[in-house]
Amino acid sequence: MLTDNKLIQLDHISKSFGGQLVLDDLDLYIRENEFITLLGPSGCGKTTTLRILGGFETPDQGTVWFDGKDITNLPPNKRALNTVFQKYALFTHMTIAENIAFGMKIKNKPKSYIDDQIKYALKLVNLDGFENRMPDSLSGGQQQRIAIARAIVNEPKVLLLDEPLGALDLKLRQDMQYELIRLKNELGITFLYVTHDQEEALTMSDTIVVMNQGYIQQIGTPEKIYNEPENAFVADFIGDSNIISATMIDDYLVEILGARFKSTDAGFGKNKPVDVVIRPEDVELVAPEEGTIRGTVTHVIFKGVHYEMEVMANDHEWLVQSTSMFPVGTPVGIKVDPFNIQTMHKPESEDEEAIGVEE
Amino acid sequence: MKNKKHLLSFPYLFWSAGFILIPLCMIFFYGFTDKQLHFTFENVASVAEPENVKALLISILLALISTAICVLLAYPLALILSRSAIKNSGFMIFVFILPMWMNFLLRTLAWQTLLEKNGVINMILSFLHLPNLNIINTPYAIILGMVYNFLPFMILPIYNALVKIDPNVINAARDLGANGLQTFLYVIFPLSIPGLISGITMVSVPALTTFVISDMLGGGKILLIGNVIEQEFKQANNWHVGSGLSIVLMLFILLAMGLTAKYDKEGGSYF
Repeated sequence: MLTDNKLIQLDHISKSFGGQLVLDDLDLYIRENEFITLLGPSGCGKTTTLRILGGFETPDQGTVWFDGKDITNLPPNKRALNTVFQKYALFTHMTIAENIAFGMKIKNKPKSYIDDQIKYALKLVNLDGFENRMPDSLSGGQQQRIAIARAIVNEPKVLLLDEPLGALDLKLRQDMQYELIRLKNELGITFLYVTHDQEEALTMSDTIVVMNQGYIQQIGTPEKIYNEPENAFVADFIGDSNIISATMIDDYLVEILGARFKSTDAGFGKNKPVDVVIRPEDVELVAPEEGTIRGTVTHVIFKGVHYEMEVMANDHEWLVQSTSMFPVGTPVGIKVDPFNIQTMHKPESEDEEAIGVEE
Repeated sequence: MKNKKHLLSFPYLFWSAGFILIPLCMIFFYGFTDKQLHFTFENVASVAEPENVKALLISILLALISTAICVLLAYPLALILSRSAIKNSGFMIFVFILPMWMNFLLRTLAWQTLLEKNGVINMILSFLHLPNLNIINTPYAIILGMVYNFLPFMILPIYNALVKIDPNVINAARDLGANGLQTFLYVIFPLSIPGLISGITMVSVPALTTFVISDMLGGGKILLIGNVIEQEFKQANNWHVGSGLSIVLMLFILLAMGLTAKYDKEGGSYF
């Protein structure tokens, strides 16, 4: 079970490559048995953070604490954690059994123990009987499972996973997400997962750390990150959303595009500029006279579970998801429940500014 | 579309038929006939004559030694270059193969001048009151010439094999507990074997067959199998014996390449 025991602590970590600052004074702790995901666009510093934990990079400043010990300068082979690399990084000149045995042979474990562990690990990743195959003869998904098996037989306290599903196709990726959750529960160890895929992060994690440009934007449970993004970057990066400049008129009252909406947020002060986030599934389309804002449907796409529509209202294009369809050209009214309007401080300084998502 | 692409291979087909296949057939034809053009094994069997056996053995020995020296020099260099943080390690490789841009004969001739009894090296050594170097016209000079001329052919394939290794594969070995030496022995070296094999082939074959280097740096005192064949063709004007010996040499090369390829495939277990 997830405990409050902080297994890993990153303390004021900074790192730059060739004058380019990748991590700036990063603080983060990882609890025992946590499934924690570093989420962000490419170049946000998530992989560098993982590589610092794995021992493949040394931070310019700061300390890495593991189980109460300073491991900042410890080489990778002396760390009680194992890594599952992007694109598998299997040893192509060895059989599957030799790949899995590698770490244990280095540690001079007895042969019977190694054989048992290989069997156990292959069973765990659903690839029994693959002992004598060569890595090249396996599919991407199978190779990734072998990479996981090769790491976990060493009984690490923490498993680092660097975008492990990035090279797999959608269906396989979704299956592997469930596999990883199952593995995590069976092994009872800490998983640190790095990805740019918000869906992966939401599905698997206990805790999500949203990063951008070397800074942590928000740390929280998937629900918290999705429902209460702290800034426009997080809102934009996690799921589809309408992010609109607005003014907090007073407590519980916000003016969006000239129309006043009831809100559940307070404490911003009077007439303060804010950003509001409204998820597309939270925008209600009603008859024009019943809405807070009037507009016209401009686009409709059928997405399977729902229709995705764009509605032009008060010079803003609203993204709407609904199970009922309104044809293009229909005049509609827009209504939003007060608790579905998430109000956020506008970034005040350069540093605070959440910069657009590259992708 | 398909037919037109097909046409592109014609120049090469023509080339290989005219300059590889036909000469090869002629070698076989001459090799198995006598002067009256009757079939015979005598030309091939002449390899068993004592002076030819001696030449072949010396050739194999010198080729082995110079190949081994090339491996010892090239591997560490290729390893350092492939792992170096220098962004321009490609440029460094360029520097190392730069001598290849000069004519092979000229380079060998330059060594002759350098190594001569009163050559540049000995002048410098005398000036420094150091003992003279008398290796010209000895097997050592031939080995030096071979190593110097063929080293780039060893460096390039090894370097290419090493840079192709995914850095994360090396990281994975470290991550699984291997120290630097273990990572090299169990992961880096085995993965570089294909490059090493092609380097060995590319050095040992010309080293085994050369007659120019032994001519220029051996002073005609040391006969390699290449020199014997050359003499049969040019001085004795006996194309039949020359071709017969060439066939034997070809067999040796094919055998060596077959063995290395076999080893390359079998090299499976590393613990």
